[in-house]
Amino acid sequence: MSEHGHDHPHEPIAGDDGPAAARARALEELLVEKDVVQREDVRRNVDWLVSRSPADGARLVARAWVDPVFRDRLLQDARAAALDLGLDPGPSPVVVAVENTEQVHYMVVCTLCSCYPRALLGPPPAWYKSLPYRSRAVSDPRGVLEEFGVELGEGVELRVLDSTADIRYLVIPRRPEGTADLGEEELAALITRDSMIGVAEPVAPASATA
Amino acid sequence: MTFRVGDRVRVADRVHEGHHRTPGYVKGRSGWIERVHGSFTNPETRAYGSDGLPERVLYQVVFDLEAARTYVDVFEHWLEAER
Repeated sequence: MSEHGHDHPHEPIAGDDGPAAARARALEELLVEKDVVQREDVRRNVDWLVSRSPADGARLVARAWVDPVFRDRLLQDARAAALDLGLDPGPSPVVVAVENTEQVHYMVVCTLCSCYPRALLGPPPAWYKSLPYRSRAVSDPRGVLEEFGVELGEGVELRVLDSTADIRYLVIPRRPEGTADLGEEELAALITRDSMIGVAEPVAPASATA
Repeated sequence: MTFRVGDRVRVADRVHEGHHRTPGYVKGRSGWIERVHGSFTNPETRAYGSDGLPERVLYQVVFDLEAARTYVDVFEHWLEAER
């Protein structure tokens, strides 16, 4: 392909090698060539995606921890709750928030691919997309949680959410002990990406005694 | 076929050549409706360039699997009423 005006061969500028990256590049070239997508749209979407981060999800959770009315709104309509905080809930997929309690622990997987609340958590971690996580989250979820360092107490019901279609799930983790005096921003700093996937607890506050 | 929260359902145990969003581990399994998510375009036709219309109702179905209670989003045309 020499549509850029000269005919000597050279390697494309790309740092991300590997078959998947090559396939993605080939697909993009074809779709642009066939006028299905514009290169600028691809770039804009990639820019949007990588600009998202778990900090947005953490703000939602921290607000829910301190404000019961907001918590109810988040559980009822996560998109509206995100807009309330001035966050960008992204385009179409519907976000549903679920809450971990003393009785129930949710963890999220997409067994079919890598569906994930990207608008509120950013790009998913590599392990979330891996075949071992995607299969074991369903066949051996307790074992997976143990490997992530989560030991569920006696009587805690484990619920696995498989986001197979148009819904993206966000876990509201349990607020750690010893955080009664913390403000919203300090709380948000405890809320990790993994805790909002349901495979970790939030970070314990520095001042908390064990 | 439309369902309500609490209805017992069974996932069709059928082979579907091509893109679909019903994971194999729930095919042929029984569960019950936990949520009605609303109507969404059909991924089975959308994947091949169609507009995905008519929309299909998407349900959250709960299965008591050996390892844990598992919640899976399943489209209406994969569900049968369980008697």
